[in-house]
Amino acid sequence: MPTRLFALVGMALLLALAALQPWLRFVLTLALATGLAVLGIAVLLRAGQVSFGHALYVAIGAYTVAFARPLVGEALALLALAVLAASASGLVIGLFVSRYRDIFFGMLNLAFSMVLYSLLEKLYWLTRGTDGIRIARPDLFGFALSARDYEWGLFALAAVFALTSGALVARYLLTPAGQALSALKTGETRLEFLGISARRVLYQAYCVSAALAGLAGGLIALATLHVTPLLAYWTHSGELVFVAILGGTANMLGPFLGAIVFELVRVYAAAAFPDAWQMILGLVLLVIVLAAARGLVGVIEDAWMRARRSK
Amino acid sequence: MSRAILRARGLVLAFGGVRAADGIDLDVLEGEVLAIIGPNGAGKTTFLNMVTGYLKPQAGSIQFADREITRLSPRRIVRLGIARSFQIPQLFREHSVLANIALALAAGGDFWSPHRPLLTTARETEAQALLQRFGLADLAQQRADALDEGARKLLDVAMAAALAPRLLLMDEPTSGVATAQKHAIMDRLIPALRQQGVTVVFVEHDMEVVARYADRVAVWSQGKILAEGPAGDVLADPTVRRDVIGLEGAAC
Repeated sequence: MPTRLFALVGMALLLALAALQPWLRFVLTLALATGLAVLGIAVLLRAGQVSFGHALYVAIGAYTVAFARPLVGEALALLALAVLAASASGLVIGLFVSRYRDIFFGMLNLAFSMVLYSLLEKLYWLTRGTDGIRIARPDLFGFALSARDYEWGLFALAAVFALTSGALVARYLLTPAGQALSALKTGETRLEFLGISARRVLYQAYCVSAALAGLAGGLIALATLHVTPLLAYWTHSGELVFVAILGGTANMLGPFLGAIVFELVRVYAAAAFPDAWQMILGLVLLVIVLAAARGLVGVIEDAWMRARRSK
Repeated sequence: MSRAILRARGLVLAFGGVRAADGIDLDVLEGEVLAIIGPNGAGKTTFLNMVTGYLKPQAGSIQFADREITRLSPRRIVRLGIARSFQIPQLFREHSVLANIALALAAGGDFWSPHRPLLTTARETEAQALLQRFGLADLAQQRADALDEGARKLLDVAMAAALAPRLLLMDEPTSGVATAQKHAIMDRLIPALRQQGVTVVFVEHDMEVVARYADRVAVWSQGKILAEGPAGDVLADPTVRRDVIGLEGAAC
């Protein structure tokens, strides 16, 4: 499947959608940001590891923006700080969690995220508890933009980050260390007896995923201009895994496709069935798991292959 | 006479009441093909596990190329030049045969490069040449989990050989394959490894294979070495034939 072509066409469609339906710009920005965090989850899934706590890094990125905003006026600088903070946290926590596999890996991540959630909720003097922190709209590209232009700018920024991150992760997955991720899933013993530290392979991927989640958190904070402890809550981590399965992880488009469909279903289902939108999301996932185990991107790949064969 | 590339002295390792190594002394000579034979549970695989750092002996020492390796980690030992294959082949099942070899080649080189892809033209050429030597060239694009047991065994050894080791340990390279295929596998492995100049130690139960391919034989029994020497002499030893091979009173 020509991933680059699909990515560019997809981005053009998003742009058109954002222009035709201005209220969707915000939703699509959040979807692209979520897609970045899910891209990190997808990297870990290559190694067969599921993190049930990656909202931790989303929250670290988002709260870094909130804490730094009074001192920093530029959105790009705030995003850089968000990535730095999440990466630094990933570097430290990764040292510990990369020793573990499977359910232990998943649960340890969950535990760390719930510790952060509790801290964000309890340390009211610092975080304002469940009220969260409001963020003053920063400058973007050095300009103090109107609300509308800021929304456009942030949408464009999220789109650029989505494209570049997808391309960089795809490149990383082609390197020996990236290829060793799925090798880790099926032959960790062999990896060690080739002289390669399986733990280091996972640690590297973990740090990449933490940085991506931090970037996602920064973008979410800049889009919503409000952060709350719910960003670190376990349901948010579960949502990221949900989107990864929905979109599929075999291709870099999957996380973004999943995130966009997820956000759109959520928005429209919540509008049409305010009390039952979670059930609709659940049914969508059920259908995907039963009918397309490789996620939405698998459906597209299969359709593309069929179309090519029929030519 | 060849010098010893590996020296094991007084190795002791017990699992509860079972002494898998009970004062093992063994020299492996540079360039030779040494077979380790003995009944199940005699401690043959334990010896390989101690040499490769997977298990640490409770007493004794192991020297490789005059360097103490007894307490080193498996990864350090691999980097010093000892590679191994397994009784149950340890492959990257979701990868192609070519990618398995490419990963092994990268492990000995630029594995952590953030830029170079796994399958560069140079690495692919090198991998193809290695696959050719091990008779796997036609299977290069197949996924490892689609191979038959014989091809899996060959690939397992080829991955170890890709590290260009000085000493290669093979744990039962022909187990689990049809009798007719055993010689075909060894006919591929031994010349390819000799051509590479690798010293080989292999654990084996099939005496025909041992007689045909080993220069020397060491006989394990209850954690001790019962006999050691040129293959012809050891396999003709009446005690070995009676107690280990199970050919009581049989002529050579």
